[in-house]
Amino acid sequence: MSHTNVISESFAEPSMAGQRVITYAQAGVEGVREEMRLNPDIFYIGQGIGPRGGNFQQSRGLWEEFGEARVRDTPIAERAQTGFGVGAALAGSHPIIDIVFMDFTLEAMGEIVQQASTIHYISNGRFKVPMMLRAAGGGVRSTGPHHSHTFWSFFAHIPGLKVAVPSTPYDVKGLIKTALRDENPVIFIEHKGLYGSKGPVPEEEYLIPFGEARIACSGKDVTLVTLGLMVQRSLDAAEILQKSGVSVEVIDLRTLVPLDKQTILRSITKTGRLVVVDEAYASCGISAEVAAVVASEALDQLDAPIIRICTRPAPHTFSPSVDSYLVPSVDRIVEEVSDLMGKKI
Amino acid sequence: MKKSSRLKQDQDKELVLSLYRKMVLIREFELKAKEVFRSGRMPGFIHVYIGEEAVAAGVCEQLRQDDYVASTHRGHGHALAKGIEPRDAMAELMGVVTGCSGGRGGTMHLYDPEVGFLGSNGVVPPGILIAAGAGLSAQIRGTDQVAVAFFGDGGSNNGAFHEGLNMAAAWNIPVIFVCENNLYATEMPFSKATKNTNVASRAAAYGIPGIQVDGNDVMAVYEKAGEAVQRAREGGGPTLIECLTYRWFGHHEGDPGISYRTKQEIADWKERDPIKKLRNDSVTGELVTVPEFQQIDEEIKEVLKDAAEFALASPLETESTALDHVFYSPAD
Repeated sequence: MSHTNVISESFAEPSMAGQRVITYAQAGVEGVREEMRLNPDIFYIGQGIGPRGGNFQQSRGLWEEFGEARVRDTPIAERAQTGFGVGAALAGSHPIIDIVFMDFTLEAMGEIVQQASTIHYISNGRFKVPMMLRAAGGGVRSTGPHHSHTFWSFFAHIPGLKVAVPSTPYDVKGLIKTALRDENPVIFIEHKGLYGSKGPVPEEEYLIPFGEARIACSGKDVTLVTLGLMVQRSLDAAEILQKSGVSVEVIDLRTLVPLDKQTILRSITKTGRLVVVDEAYASCGISAEVAAVVASEALDQLDAPIIRICTRPAPHTFSPSVDSYLVPSVDRIVEEVSDLMGKKI
Repeated sequence: MKKSSRLKQDQDKELVLSLYRKMVLIREFELKAKEVFRSGRMPGFIHVYIGEEAVAAGVCEQLRQDDYVASTHRGHGHALAKGIEPRDAMAELMGVVTGCSGGRGGTMHLYDPEVGFLGSNGVVPPGILIAAGAGLSAQIRGTDQVAVAFFGDGGSNNGAFHEGLNMAAAWNIPVIFVCENNLYATEMPFSKATKNTNVASRAAAYGIPGIQVDGNDVMAVYEKAGEAVQRAREGGGPTLIECLTYRWFGHHEGDPGISYRTKQEIADWKERDPIKKLRNDSVTGELVTVPEFQQIDEEIKEVLKDAAEFALASPLETESTALDHVFYSPAD
């Protein structure tokens, strides 16, 4: 069970055999490019997303194609970026605000939560706020306490915001295009540990609707509900557990808002056991929400207590050994699921 | 006012009457709002604009309907000057369905896309960023629309002021930043809140023009705003205008506003009433007669009487629609 924290190189699914394979970052660029070509109201601002093409190459080539008017580097001013985005959206544009590192969304929290999320409702539907706030969450290679956070639960808490967290190149393209056709504020959170991962992505256009979770692998004994980087770790754990005779179903949420409760509940009806694997903290997180949904709507289907495997409650650290202890690993998922099944057995 | 050609004089008169009408409308609206609030029938709490009318009137007189305004917690004046109907605004203050935000926003969330009003605001001062963003949208879309952000001296000490002015200046955005310096951020005197009390001088930090103007002289505000609007429309980028003014009453209705201000100071500023000044200057200059002003006063009183009756007679939103519009849906 070595290399448990290494990101797999491929997400190829059987049905996608023969498809073109590109990276998660490239898939995002492709989705944005297609939508910018279709919709002249979309513009893209952020730090280093112009000629540099983005810290994670997440905007590579867009500045060259669309020019300075529609793809613009900003000063280090997250609050202005976001507030300008809100104003532009009210005036009929559809801005993409790239905050680059999820952690820095905190600098713009008032603009996101007090302005962007409220205006459609508070204006009684007279204004809408079509904007996509893009940011990369999660830790990778000791990014430390200020560059590793996964704040998706903050945003999922707020009415009026949609939250997408893609885990594969295929999903990035399909979800980012949906985000750019949605005329609500969408918080689009990629994982910086996944930008270099590769997978099959059709060259033609496709959209993945929000609110439809993906069954990443089918199983009958236990349901792992997860998202982002933890999808691959859960799949790796599922493969190991399979060898011990434990059949694991892995559900990739794809979007936290809207949350696909039906897919989760259907799976629980089949397996009777729920484990939520989340790179965010457990307290008041999406793992608590999923647990609450299952506890309140399918308690009689459960054969065992709900388990949550989340980042342990401490700030992210530079220390590689401590950080890999804090963040859920394949080993830890295998261990906790084994324990759960052992209790049952 | 100097006498000039007949045509010029007619134009001047028309302008004076329009500015006067705007200021009296704001004054009477606020007096009526105070009256209704004090009767206990208005939910929440309100911040009235009395004393500062020349700023909203003078600036908005220079704007077109398709230009944008983002406002503050003390935003009734900006809303009316930009063209929100008094009935719609008063109803919104009452939280009833006929309000400009369907009663959901109230005093600090007046919205109206028809007149480019991007909201009064409960936070200080994101309107700076929202207006600049609307200006950015206009710039990218290639229109000649401009945007105006109103904010107070308090807002000028907030980080959004720096981020917003810097980025708007760097990008040459068609936006005018109008600081209503009324000397107090709630109860905090501006002189204690900053070492540089000249807000206009801060424009130098961003490489944009900064102008200080008597905010109780509507003609002066109108003139300076006109220069800034023209510059923005022609691609010349942002301007910061500091209007020196004063709110006659407390921070919000119910705050006597005298624990941190002297009665003498308040009395001195009331002497500099912007409405009285325009009236006196125009009558002295033989541009407008007293009866002409009085006629406007009477008309506006009727408008506000009607607005209050309309608002008080309108129903509250029912529970059945309480969850509508949390998200936008094309089907709506």
